[in-house]
Amino acid sequence: MSAPRPRLREALTDLWLAGPATVAMLVLIFIPALIVGVLSFTDYLFGASTFHWVGLDNYIELFTDRTGRRAVTNTLLYVAVVMPTSIVLSLVAALGVHAVARWSRGLANVLRTAYFMPVAATLVAMATVWQMLLHPNLGLVNQVLALAGMAGQEWLSDRGLVLYTLAVIGIWETIGYNMILFLAGLAAIPEHLYDAAAVDGAERGWERFWTVTWPLLGPTTLFVLVVTATRSFRVFETVATLTNGGPAFASDTLVFAMYREGFVYFKAGYSGAITMVFFFFVLTLTLIQLRLVEKRVHYR
Amino acid sequence: MTAKRILGRAVMVALLVLGALVILLPFFWMLSLSLKPADEIFAPGIDFLPSRPEWRNYAKAFQEIQLFQFLKNGAIVCGAILFFQILFAVPCAYALAHRRFLARGAIFGLVIAGLLVPYHVTAIPVFLGLAQAGLLNTYSALVIPFVASVFGIFLFRQFFASLSTDLIDAARIDGLSETAIVWRIAFPLAWPAASAFAVFSVVAHWNDLFWPLIAVSDPNLATPPRGILYFRDEEAGSDFGPLMAAATVITAPLVLGFLLAQRKFIQGITASGLKG
Repeated sequence: MSAPRPRLREALTDLWLAGPATVAMLVLIFIPALIVGVLSFTDYLFGASTFHWVGLDNYIELFTDRTGRRAVTNTLLYVAVVMPTSIVLSLVAALGVHAVARWSRGLANVLRTAYFMPVAATLVAMATVWQMLLHPNLGLVNQVLALAGMAGQEWLSDRGLVLYTLAVIGIWETIGYNMILFLAGLAAIPEHLYDAAAVDGAERGWERFWTVTWPLLGPTTLFVLVVTATRSFRVFETVATLTNGGPAFASDTLVFAMYREGFVYFKAGYSGAITMVFFFFVLTLTLIQLRLVEKRVHYR
Repeated sequence: MTAKRILGRAVMVALLVLGALVILLPFFWMLSLSLKPADEIFAPGIDFLPSRPEWRNYAKAFQEIQLFQFLKNGAIVCGAILFFQILFAVPCAYALAHRRFLARGAIFGLVIAGLLVPYHVTAIPVFLGLAQAGLLNTYSALVIPFVASVFGIFLFRQFFASLSTDLIDAARIDGLSETAIVWRIAFPLAWPAASAFAVFSVVAHWNDLFWPLIAVSDPNLATPPRGILYFRDEEAGSDFGPLMAAATVITAPLVLGFLLAQRKFIQGITASGLKG
């Protein structure tokens, strides 16, 4: 130990080291989070000099008004489509790449890089490319369909279709990320368990998968599930770039509605309520995720 | 190896390569359109290769839209955010890991709680605060909301906690001040954590659209994603060649960074599994 120093000086050092970050956290995260909660019970408009307490009116509007409800149900539907599809596809891709890695590391690396590319790319820029691909007349997708003798679709302006189109882009964007997580999980499965399973008669690929891979991949799968759900709940960039929530609110989502109501229509109170509902969903998921991270650590 | 197994492998590789091509299709298409003359973009039929590369699309992207300005803004904003995040996070993380003081538990509690708050949640009050301070439509508005990175504090704290106390004590006996220990001993050793955090931070803020859409309306301050939307929504927006050239240029820095430093990149991005 070093020589004892005056206590005041020690305290000042602590303040100097930890103080700025603590103040910044309070001012930029915690106080704003409290304020947005309070605002959600008012009719405050950006720029207004006064406001009134409206109790739960903003929340009631969100869940009873047709547009408000659309944002909630659309977000849930989007998550319900993206989450399972992305997970199944990324698991299949990860199993494939993991198997390829046994006899060709190079090929496995190339495949991994290809699948991860969308994660590294700027989503807004790639969304403008998707807009070109999905263009009703000039787009590659409809031209390929035409070659196959199928009718083209208005992918981004058909009310029944638009949310699924955005979901496909969401899946395209998340597969690589999930595949990396699955590959890490697969690499952690000890080889001797497969030998033991073979002794017990599980030799075919399917049997090996169900008796060894799937059970041991359980914690990883749960983790990927929650991460994907949390990320999907935040869908914003593709909506803002491609549809602005339209047509007729068919692709409106929580974060986009929060942006539109608050920063286009200046309804800070109502936008605050949307924020709190979004926060509730994400908070629940993140708490589950933290539990899983803890479990995964214990697992090892 | 039996014929059946070879066939199995061939089918599997074929499917994986097909999947990879589908994933990469938007990238090929972007490059292809960015090099096509306008009449070929609008011509029916599917051609991946332009008859001759139209480099003027790239020249136009830099001349007609302020693409260079957007890239510069992106670099300034990402650089400033990263600089301040490290400036705030590293000393705090060091104090949490290597000093004993009363508020330590409470501050670490704040860090963990902060991990639960997506940045969308604080947007309205932070916007109000910046408006009060007259800072909207400035670089500051794009940087200030992100200077306190709880994820950064968490990551650095975990790393510093693994440094041996003997090392820190030796430095103290040598008479180094705590500030000097933070920046001259602990921080240089934290290079693995710092590089992963830098990737995480730069990727997040280079690609972000939500906050730039709210905080600035002046095109001269637009970050790359905001900028490309200005371009698309102007009348020049139907000029698809230059638009795709702009998309290529904006996407290039991170994609090239990823291709050159894959391991670091994947670490940085997946480290954020905790806070997407």
